[in-house]
Amino acid sequence: MNPQGERWTGDQVLALAPDDPSRKAGGRLAVPGPWSGAGARTGGGAVWGECAGSGGTPYRTVVDLDSAEGPGFHCSCPSRKFPCKHALGLLLLWSAGEESVPVADGPPPDWAGQWLDRRRQRAESAAPPSAPPDADAARGRAERRVRRIASGARELEQRLGDLLRGGLAAADGSEYGPWDETAARMVDAQAPGLASRVRELASVRGSGGDWASRLLAECALLHTLNQGFLRLDGLPGPLAATVRTRVGITADSASLLASATPVRDHWLVLAQSDGDDGRLITRRIWLRGRRTGRMALLLSYGAAGRAPELSLPTGLSLDADLAYYPSARPLRAALGTRHAAPGPSPGPPPGGDAGRALAAYGEALRDDPWLDAWPVLLESVVPIPDPEGGWQLADAQGDSALPVDPRHRDRTGLWQLAAISGGRPVTVFGECGHRGFTPLSTWAPEPVLLSPGLSGI
Amino acid sequence: MNTTWDELVSAALLGTERRTPPVRPREGQDVTAALLDAAALHTVRRRAGLVPAAARARPEPAPADPRPALPPAARRRLALLLADRSGSGSGGGRRIGAPDLTELLPQWLATANGHGYQAPADLLPALLEAARARTDLRPAALALGGPRARWLAGLNPQWKYALRAGSATAPGRAAAAGRAGTDEARQVWEEGLFAERVALLGSARRHDPAAARELLTSTWQTERAEDRLMFLDSLREGLSPGDEPFLERALADRSRNVRSTAAELLAALPHSALARRMAERARTCVALERTGGAARIAVEAPHECDKGMQRDGVVATPPSGRGERSWWLSQVVEAAPLAMWRERFGGRGAEAVVTLPVADGWQPELHAAWCRAAVRQRDAEWSRALLGPATAPQEGSSWRDPAKLLSALPPRERAEWVAEFIAAHGLSEAFRLLGVCEVPWAEPLGTALVDALDIARDAGSYPWSFSGVMGLAERCLDPAQADRLEMLTALSDEPPSASPGAVAYWAEAFGRLVGTLRLRAVMAAELAG
Repeated sequence: MNPQGERWTGDQVLALAPDDPSRKAGGRLAVPGPWSGAGARTGGGAVWGECAGSGGTPYRTVVDLDSAEGPGFHCSCPSRKFPCKHALGLLLLWSAGEESVPVADGPPPDWAGQWLDRRRQRAESAAPPSAPPDADAARGRAERRVRRIASGARELEQRLGDLLRGGLAAADGSEYGPWDETAARMVDAQAPGLASRVRELASVRGSGGDWASRLLAECALLHTLNQGFLRLDGLPGPLAATVRTRVGITADSASLLASATPVRDHWLVLAQSDGDDGRLITRRIWLRGRRTGRMALLLSYGAAGRAPELSLPTGLSLDADLAYYPSARPLRAALGTRHAAPGPSPGPPPGGDAGRALAAYGEALRDDPWLDAWPVLLESVVPIPDPEGGWQLADAQGDSALPVDPRHRDRTGLWQLAAISGGRPVTVFGECGHRGFTPLSTWAPEPVLLSPGLSGI
Repeated sequence: MNTTWDELVSAALLGTERRTPPVRPREGQDVTAALLDAAALHTVRRRAGLVPAAARARPEPAPADPRPALPPAARRRLALLLADRSGSGSGGGRRIGAPDLTELLPQWLATANGHGYQAPADLLPALLEAARARTDLRPAALALGGPRARWLAGLNPQWKYALRAGSATAPGRAAAAGRAGTDEARQVWEEGLFAERVALLGSARRHDPAAARELLTSTWQTERAEDRLMFLDSLREGLSPGDEPFLERALADRSRNVRSTAAELLAALPHSALARRMAERARTCVALERTGGAARIAVEAPHECDKGMQRDGVVATPPSGRGERSWWLSQVVEAAPLAMWRERFGGRGAEAVVTLPVADGWQPELHAAWCRAAVRQRDAEWSRALLGPATAPQEGSSWRDPAKLLSALPPRERAEWVAEFIAAHGLSEAFRLLGVCEVPWAEPLGTALVDALDIARDAGSYPWSFSGVMGLAERCLDPAQADRLEMLTALSDEPPSASPGAVAYWAEAFGRLVGTLRLRAVMAAELAG
């Protein structure tokens, strides 16, 4: 499964960890000491072992690597983390090579084999939902939801009207309460997209600098979204789909995969990043098709403390079908059939300069005015560090530069990027938007996922 | 769309109730909605029309680093070690076989530097952060980081320390200048930053001691006192008789600290004029005396501390609570070359001299001075004699510092002495002695230590009474001892004298020790590629 063979690299294993403490705990267990009977199935696919803990009975850990939904983990330890440190430690040990976790001569021990078989069976039986769902009932539910969102949108329009009548300056700190309440009402109205934009508004107020300008911009875009939803029937199909998605109605990925025309390509995994809002971990994985040159974004979710199931190691290429969610500017996609295990990919893909990156974002805004940023590859840029926060990525030729999104000024990843570049041009993947550029990965020349952690303490 | 964004913002700030906004609502449209429409149009147009900024000055490219990259497994290990640096303690107690990676980082860095690898660029920020928090890591971390770490540190004020750091760690221009005697070296020496100059002097000293000294002499008169002291200190490495004239001149320096350092260095050169002068003084103070048939040492401490003694580094004023004559005596004996005593004591070697009785209670004073002299002159024969057999009782010799004396013995002998010491006296006094032994501990020291731990366990004590020694053992024991320790882990019969639960605690402590040793073996193999 990796460029060297069928074992993953340590970085790829660590990308599975749900959080930093798990990464560290897994690292400490990645030593032969506590493990016994560790083995791997021929040709990859599964790894198992028993780990001595503080108690008398060792924990039994088994990992299924050969599955369409991404790796599966099972461990007899009581941890609620997923995967737990034992699974991570075992995989790290396995990634170190044949001496640490040898390929087993025979089948796995019973306790591991049974779990692997059950999982395989479950995956097969769960495949197609055979009975067609009650179409009428479903349509009825969808119509009820649209009505509820519409009434939410109307209420929001009123709130925005009130805000502008009284003036943004009057909306001081005491306005936080009402905004939270409004956000909660949007959740009730089953419009999570509107709710998160409302929460965003509350955070812009008093955030310093040109807050009034930013608040007006966000209010205006929210207003446009409300109006778009209230006139959904009059919009062209793709734009309507975009509005629905932005409001928070997402198509079900299973039915999407069943109905949409798949795009088959060798998808290069450009980057993966996790966002954690305390309740939910959202994993974003960016892909780029070698043949089509198209960008795609996979989303995967995990409840707090559990890593999202899907994990694709940065830098590998995946021969697979993708189904794009309908949109005026399709980006988000669902992962369909994988035709082969991920394989190595030669070097960084081609990219553009600073001007082209901004042009690509502008281009995308034509279709989806609510886009904050668009994924782009920058070729031949030099990172210009500035501890005060004004980082830039400058074209190697000419005197154009992209400012780095100031919200990322304290990220270790920026210093990693500077270190890798050493003052020379590098290829960088990231998101280019109105706040600036967010670097996500680079090539040194092997692909490097930039750390999202904060530098300093 | 003739209105500007600023006009829209100020209208929104004041509110449409106070000021009519510069927008025309459609038929039946609320004025606030018209304002928001206009703002949305402006916002999207502005965002879509963003153009690149003007690039600021780009950083100078980092100097090239010709060293090979780490093997992939070692690279991953470094990432783990660095990720763990803040982890210990927070994890709620370490488990069996789960070593404290933070403690292994220094050893990993030293081994990696021994192989001559360069650090992976993407780990430099974490490496610089780790060394910022832990000064003990700095020399090795910065050596591994090499010119690129230094380049990077120059861009981030948080990592300023990396630019201040001294000799072995500041390559950059100084290393490029390489040897003394070149024009470039002279330029760095005359115009460089202090750290660069120290680095240059250090590296020149290793390659061409005489040229380094010349460099130093060329600007000596104009250096500041604290810089002179630092530069003088760097002569300690590779000290040779050729340095004597320079040091002799430094005895007349304006600064007292410079003078005493020069005297100390001269005393370490047994054939220097200063050493001869000190020998002369010592000879007048210490003599062999025969009363009846038995020989003994008679001591007559100096009656004054004259100008000549002071110029040679003898400090006239004693610390409080100490008689001035014994204070002068101890300094004179300490600075005198030890070789003189053979002739003074009728051809007796060190071993015979230390057994001679000393008259009038001068023995502690005299032997303590000899100890310091043996350490300073790195004299193995005298150190060995003053240490005595490791099995001898250690009471009543508080004037002796065995750990320091050991450091003057060859590594192999050190390990043997400490092994005998542990076998005779157990582990309770062994911590400092173990600290001066070369890592990994050579045999028979490793075996002696494992035996002593086994005995301590059988005696029924708890393992945490030996946590200091256990911690050292994790880092210093030869990984080859893991197999023997593993057998001890498996033992489970409770000795009759055992404290409650001690057996289980020992099993856990040994388990952890074994785990760390195995990990160290793995780490070393990874670095070997």
